[in-house]
Amino acid sequence: MKITKEEVLHVAKLAKLNLSEEETDTLRSDMESIIEFANTLSELDTEGVVPTAHARYMVNAFREDVIKESYKEEDILKNAPLAEDGGFAVPKVVE
Amino acid sequence: MYKYTAHEIRDMIKNKEISSVEATKAALSRIDDVEETVGSFITVLGDEAIKSAEAVDKKIASNEETGSLAGVPMALKDNMCTKDVLTTCASKMLYNFKPPYDSTVAKKMKDADAVLLGKVNMDEFAMGSSTENSYFKKTLNPYDITRVPGGSSGGSAAAVAADEAYFTLGSDTGGSIRQPAAFCGCVGLKPTYGAVSRFGLVAFASSLDQIGPMTKDVKDCAMVLDNIVGYDCQDSTSINTEYKSFEKNLSSDIKGLKIGVPSQYMGAGIDEEILNSINASLESFKALGAEIGEASLPLNKYALPAYYIISSAEASSNLARYDGVKYGYRAENFEDLSDLYLKTRSEGFGKEVKRRIMIGTYALSSGYYDAYYKKAQQVRTQIMQDFSQAFEKFDCLVTPVSPTTAFKLGEKTSDPMQMYMADICTVSVNIGGLPAIVIPCGYDKAGLPIGIQIIGKHFGEQTILNAALALEQTVKKVRPQIGGIE
Repeated sequence: MKITKEEVLHVAKLAKLNLSEEETDTLRSDMESIIEFANTLSELDTEGVVPTAHARYMVNAFREDVIKESYKEEDILKNAPLAEDGGFAVPKVVE
Repeated sequence: MYKYTAHEIRDMIKNKEISSVEATKAALSRIDDVEETVGSFITVLGDEAIKSAEAVDKKIASNEETGSLAGVPMALKDNMCTKDVLTTCASKMLYNFKPPYDSTVAKKMKDADAVLLGKVNMDEFAMGSSTENSYFKKTLNPYDITRVPGGSSGGSAAAVAADEAYFTLGSDTGGSIRQPAAFCGCVGLKPTYGAVSRFGLVAFASSLDQIGPMTKDVKDCAMVLDNIVGYDCQDSTSINTEYKSFEKNLSSDIKGLKIGVPSQYMGAGIDEEILNSINASLESFKALGAEIGEASLPLNKYALPAYYIISSAEASSNLARYDGVKYGYRAENFEDLSDLYLKTRSEGFGKEVKRRIMIGTYALSSGYYDAYYKKAQQVRTQIMQDFSQAFEKFDCLVTPVSPTTAFKLGEKTSDPMQMYMADICTVSVNIGGLPAIVIPCGYDKAGLPIGIQIIGKHFGEQTILNAALALEQTVKKVRPQIGGIE
């Protein structure tokens, strides 16, 4: 299974990761061997097999929509790298 | 005093033979003595732990009602949120994160009046099999400090083995409780998927993650399990069912227990000393009245590739939340919002985490989804059918835990595939959502612990605990020599 440098960079872009030249090279060969290993799955005939998302069958867990006490604004913002006016602050996105 | 088991400490405190402060100080001074060598902890709560021990002692002195782990000092893996106490996931990304809330398990420990000694080391975001991926420090194996404690719950296992905590909690996505338990000669149990709430557990792979006890013996394991299982509306995968006390129902009478041994686990690739030890344990089981038969899990060899696709895909999605906005690390220099995300993630995540995110993103990306993620989920269905068939004939299955005993530091860090192979005996249990317990069943020539894995049916925890208890009574436990010859 060949994975090109371009594919690695494309996936990194999707994952919002900047990779150095060295990281790109290492990841390319690592991903090649891991995907190669994953390709052993193609030996199995899974035609018509229902995929399983969770090991225990479960239906949606609904609850009543009732108002409950939530966390204090200051507690939630305490960990923010930057907070302003009761919100998380980020660089300007609209001029 | 630090050598006592958790249930012994609990009983002595209850009977007012010792105080919680004494038990806590004994643990803290043990941490002082050996922590520099073992390195289990990321955060030690010295004064805070003594304060909460004092509060429990006061309750006991005034005959107030106390929780079922009253005064017992313990530690949590650093991916379980603890209110106002650093929770790093052993990552630079969360190096300063103090959660505004308690995870359900942390709350349950508080409600049980257990004393939190601190937070223990792990592989970054629980990704790894040796705890070498921690951003902060290496944890060493108390049986041989040139070797790894296993992972990802390596700190949880080493802390118990080195008597730094009377018990700990770990989390297990593909073997992260069981493999370190085997490497450090302690007891570890991964409960049935849905039995223990993951609310406040930093998510790795949500369809596989489960929290469980890591303890000095089987009775401790049952006792701790009693205190963490139960329905929680804050975890939508939590299963609403009744649990009877595992500790009260412990019994070493296993006459007639049907034990299956899957041939696929007992062959090539597993160290001979481990196979011999497992076979000797099977003889012990037979002598105790169990019936041993050969089971077959023909698809076992596909469990590992399916696991790495499913877990990496889920991780890539779960870890999208780390963007430098709401909590944790934020890059210092950036041009705009997009650059802030990019730099924060590129600087905040370690090598293995990036590798998993990349694999997961690849497997979920357009054009590959059906070939990898969907395929792996279909294989998951087939692996579960394998287990169902095996459990028609057997009450539990017995297998090795890992192909080797604890390996050397640095031995597998350069080749990710080699590290992944360490999980070959454990991942299928997570894929099936099954419970499994690991206990030490012997020691190799180098004196390193060998673990045995007993896999149960869904909610078959009592069965595997009882089998483990019966076997435990036949195994002579060797303690590590850390902190001086005893």
